[in-house]
Amino acid sequence: MSKFQISNIYKAVVIGGSAGSFQGVTKILSALPKDFSLPIILCLHRLKHVRNGFEEALSIKSSKPVTEPCDKESIKKGGVYLAPSNYHLAVELGNSFSLSTEEMINNSRPAIDVTLETASYVFRHKLIGILLSGANKDGALGMKKIKDRGGVTIVQEPSECMIETMPTSAMSVTTIDYVLGVDLIIEFLLELDQQYK
Amino acid sequence: MIKSQQDIFKTFQPKAAKKTVEVEIADLRKITEVVKNRYGYDFSDYAMSSFRRRIQRIIELFQFNSVGEVVVKLENDPSFIETFLAEVTVNVTEMFRDPSFWREVRDHIIPNILLNHDTFNIWHAGCSSGEEVMSMCILLKEMGILHKANIIATDIDKPILAKAKKGQVSVKNMDLNEKNYIRFQGQHSIQHYYEEKDGMAIIDPTLFAGVSYRNFDLVKGEVFNKFDLILCRNVMIYFNQNLQNKVLKKLHDSLFKYSYLAVGSKESLIWCEVANKFIIVNNEEKIYKKIKD
Repeated sequence: MSKFQISNIYKAVVIGGSAGSFQGVTKILSALPKDFSLPIILCLHRLKHVRNGFEEALSIKSSKPVTEPCDKESIKKGGVYLAPSNYHLAVELGNSFSLSTEEMINNSRPAIDVTLETASYVFRHKLIGILLSGANKDGALGMKKIKDRGGVTIVQEPSECMIETMPTSAMSVTTIDYVLGVDLIIEFLLELDQQYK
Repeated sequence: MIKSQQDIFKTFQPKAAKKTVEVEIADLRKITEVVKNRYGYDFSDYAMSSFRRRIQRIIELFQFNSVGEVVVKLENDPSFIETFLAEVTVNVTEMFRDPSFWREVRDHIIPNILLNHDTFNIWHAGCSSGEEVMSMCILLKEMGILHKANIIATDIDKPILAKAKKGQVSVKNMDLNEKNYIRFQGQHSIQHYYEEKDGMAIIDPTLFAGVSYRNFDLVKGEVFNKFDLILCRNVMIYFNQNLQNKVLKKLHDSLFKYSYLAVGSKESLIWCEVANKFIIVNNEEKIYKKIKD
């Protein structure tokens, strides 16, 4: 019996997080099959001046390689993409990424709101947004956009978060479809993957 | 069955959040059309994602109620175009952004240029408020070769170019600039290069004796000189691939054979039409060398 009501209309999964989300992200990435059907786009708060190391740290713990896309790089089915340091990562027309050095948002660059909002603009209701543990409200408005455009919103169960501000901020501005612990987020994604097999 | 949170959190919905204007692609077309027809600037090949966000930002900053109002304003108020250009172009920059890039320029690129030249030409294409020009001048000064460099700094946005020309940076940005400079491993402290006045860091004007500033539109402008090094970092990310190809052709034509092009650390020429006319010299810092005319 299926726990979730999922179909195979989705085009991408976007995951945001900051303080305390690293473990959750690596747990999710390590649990996914190598041939996971959708692109996964990660926007995690990170040190502005440290360009290297994060991609590698995530890749080691992931079942699939994690890459920081270059500007206008294509979004490939099954790719795992990470917003590079000191750039906003946006989803562009033509199934590609755009980077930007625009002003910081919520004191962050990359800002989760930018990635979530632009992804939902392009993918509309065919997007799944997941927001994990974090120490500020970045991502809340992005989640609202996803919901307003008909996509699916998931936040990490606040009691499980190291810092719950990020998920609770999202919960206070929009409807969240699923409030889940990381283990259940993984179940969700595995079930989602099954829809495409 | 996991219960949807809809019912529980309904009560937490914010009261009457300010209505935001949704900018759609058709709206962007209306704006690019009036800007092109009336003022001759062509934004039609700007990257949708950032251009849409910039228009959204203009609507919020100036409290327009619709995209239509922006179009009317552009049609009827010629003085608004400068404001429009200033807001639509992104002018967030740092001195010594990517310190490892600047070390590479100092330790390898400039010494290589000097092997064959006594004087050399540098173009900062899309110089914004001039922080990269300042970085370059400090770098060359520390190498003792500032007087050998002809530097041209261009931008589409006249007010920002005027700002660049002034050679001042808000003191509140100097913290970050100093951190970058330290990572660049310069010879002094960054304070060595400026005086503080009224909240501004006034950069030593003698650094800029060899710099000329020009208003130039990368989209429409013609090739005007040949260079040994062009810096066009984090400028073309605001363009779509079609426009990137056109601009790259122009940059290619503006380089001497075997001279250098530096783009942003997450920009790549791989997908571009001119890709085979360049080789990558440093992949981490995205420095290319022109090898074919």
